[in-house]
Amino acid sequence: MNPVVPLLEVRAITKRYGAVTANEGVDLSLRGGEVHALLGENGAGKSTLSKVIYGFTRPDSGELFLEGQPVVFPSPREARAAGIGMVFQNFMLIPALSVAENIALFLADLPPVFRLKAVGRQIREFGERFGLVVDPSATVRQLAVGDLQKVEILKLLLGRARVLIFDEPTKVLAPHEATALFQVFAALKAEGYAILFITHKLREVLACADRITVMRQGRVQGGFGPGEATVEALVSMMFGEQDLAGRPDPEAPTSPPPSSRPTLELRGASSPGTGSETALKGLDLSIRAGEIVGVAGVSGSGQKELGDLILGLRPLSAGSKWFCGVDASHWSIARMREGGVAFVPEDPLVMAAVPGMSVRENLVLGTGRRYWMDVRIDWRRLEAAMGQSFRALAFPVPRLDPPMGALSGGTLQRVVIAREMAHAPTLVVALYPTRGLDVRSTTSVRDLLRRARDGGSGILLISEDLEELAEMSDRLLVLYGGALVGDFPRGQWQVEEVGHLMTGSKETVHG
Amino acid sequence: MAESRLAARKDAPALRVVLRYAAICAVALALFAAVLLVAGKDPLKAYADTFRSTLSSAYGLSELLVRMTPLLLTAVAVALPSRLGLINVGGEGQLYMGAWLATAGVLLFPAWPRWLLLPFAALLGFLGGALWAAIPGVLRAARLVNETIATLLLNYVAPLIISYSIFGPWRAEGSSAYPQSPAFPEAAQLPTFFDTRIHAGFLLALVALLAYWLLLEKTRWGVDMRAIGGNPEAAQRLGIPVATWVVVALAIGGGFAGLAGMGEVMGVHGRLRQSLSPGFGFTGFLISWLAGGRPLGILFMAFLLAIITSAGDTLQITQGLPYAVVNILLALILFLVLARQPLRGGAK
Repeated sequence: MNPVVPLLEVRAITKRYGAVTANEGVDLSLRGGEVHALLGENGAGKSTLSKVIYGFTRPDSGELFLEGQPVVFPSPREARAAGIGMVFQNFMLIPALSVAENIALFLADLPPVFRLKAVGRQIREFGERFGLVVDPSATVRQLAVGDLQKVEILKLLLGRARVLIFDEPTKVLAPHEATALFQVFAALKAEGYAILFITHKLREVLACADRITVMRQGRVQGGFGPGEATVEALVSMMFGEQDLAGRPDPEAPTSPPPSSRPTLELRGASSPGTGSETALKGLDLSIRAGEIVGVAGVSGSGQKELGDLILGLRPLSAGSKWFCGVDASHWSIARMREGGVAFVPEDPLVMAAVPGMSVRENLVLGTGRRYWMDVRIDWRRLEAAMGQSFRALAFPVPRLDPPMGALSGGTLQRVVIAREMAHAPTLVVALYPTRGLDVRSTTSVRDLLRRARDGGSGILLISEDLEELAEMSDRLLVLYGGALVGDFPRGQWQVEEVGHLMTGSKETVHG
Repeated sequence: MAESRLAARKDAPALRVVLRYAAICAVALALFAAVLLVAGKDPLKAYADTFRSTLSSAYGLSELLVRMTPLLLTAVAVALPSRLGLINVGGEGQLYMGAWLATAGVLLFPAWPRWLLLPFAALLGFLGGALWAAIPGVLRAARLVNETIATLLLNYVAPLIISYSIFGPWRAEGSSAYPQSPAFPEAAQLPTFFDTRIHAGFLLALVALLAYWLLLEKTRWGVDMRAIGGNPEAAQRLGIPVATWVVVALAIGGGFAGLAGMGEVMGVHGRLRQSLSPGFGFTGFLISWLAGGRPLGILFMAFLLAIITSAGDTLQITQGLPYAVVNILLALILFLVLARQPLRGGAK
């Protein structure tokens, strides 16, 4: 193998989705026998790039070269045939079949009648060579997550892939399993495979990568050769020289009056995590009236679980939850909502709306007993109240008869927000509220959260967008691995420090 | 005025639905004619016989309504939980348990006056089905067992309870060859109309259908239930008590099936027998499914399937064909409806 010509190279890849530029002029090269880490925040463009390489997405412009020859992959089928394989975050296996059967299904050149035993032999052989030992006759359903990942990797190896793309492979793994995966990387590297390791965890990158490329906002921000990278350099490249110390907001008080009571308090709150959930560990947190508390963290740090805990969807295993000075540890969601908790989710069609019901019916969902009229609903009163809410938010009032599922993403989010804001909530839990929205909708959602804050609501803003958090938060918390590792008042955090805490490369700080 | 415009807009697709099902039935009848030809029978004569024995005489029509009664009720028993995304295959068992508990009431208090005994037994009939359906409801709400499996399996348990009762404690004296309960007293017979076998249960079935529609479309409970069916996660997050509704919806559905069983013992047989139902519960499932849970569709489909199942009896007598041939016709209709689905945008 010629070490000078990279195994796979992408040049000047640009991909836009509407107004959003996911990739802009991205260059990347993968050489045989090395682990190349692709590092960046959520939304930095890593997934788009990997989809382009794997033939899922066609770039708007730019080229791919395989061993120096230009190639085009109209679909993943061609990419696989060319020796490119991808291990997805969600495993694509059939639980009822055995390991050998699952792998055989994936192999394109298998004859109609084949010997499963031969496949099993190959699985053992590859398994021993690369530290991927799995019993070929085991049923996939019975395997642990770490083993499932091994099966996925074996699938690619038996399919003669030479370039292996791993999309956040450690997200689902326990620490010791992650260590084992890095040993597999080393074994693969030694035999000349090229590995693209997509992640946002700094420690892991430093533990196993030969070269590192950092992306931010769709562009390649820079790269490091073997041994060149340091945590500091990576953090500043990932998050940029942004003014993240919190911008002064002349329209609002910089902090709520110190006398204001907390609307919500967690005292040593813990919650168990099962499956892919993150367990919450002894959280102490308070959200005061008229305050936006931002929560930063890389994905999977327990953000959704924290939101669900506050909403009353998750049980507390230890500690307590206080709402407006009352012990609300065991309140149901209905009771929390009745008490004035509103929820603005990332994907309303999944979390907060019923697509098949009309807009009008969706507006009444979750409003408790406010619009009850004997056994019916007082639609006239509901329409009046919601109309007022739309006007107060300066949203256009949509038509109420069409089904919710027929609305565009921005309108849908506005309908949900108008419903949630209609009754002057005391607490707003916003879970990635601007994810997937266009620029204008994003601005209007942020404005509205600020206005709710000024109106005396307490707001918990969970986001992965550090700029958003910097712009909005009166106080910033950092969540890592289900624990709060940082707590800063406005204007007292530094981007490096927050980045370190988010990626787990620094211990707890309370500012 | 706005309402009439709205109604007009809704009518257009409804008409198309009716036409579509009419076309499906026509194709099914044509295919079934081919089956009859292969069996050496004259399909035209068979259809003419069926028409004569059902639609062309007052007696035939009245018998259709008698047959429709349990079909309507068991169809509603399936349709209501289906609006929450629940699949109730247990209408048959719930019907049996309704009949069983109603019988228990009648046999315990045979001397009660009619005005008291009838509503009391009807209430027990509802309860019998409701409690039977609440078992899978609770299991499902606790995330232990899928309700489809549990309702289906309980169908095999309920007739055994009936058998035990009529072979044992409730066995009528002097009917050694044919185990059955004693005949119910006069006071426990549902009133019948116009010298036919149409009994009060038919009115009850129509009321049940109306109640189902009102409950789902006009009440705040209906909004909650439809929200669960439309998006269980959102419903949960918005504070709708999903687990409670799962139990309640299955129980109400089961209650309607129980009323069907009550109607059969108190309106048709006048006693508890093993051969209570020739599969009304299963036919009810088919009706609800074919009608997509729409009330008018249920009414139409129940009428149609009443004709088809009557055809079984007719063909047995006039053509010497086994009753089971109508299953071929039912299967053809179901097959055509199923085959139609993917063309309209895939599975649900």
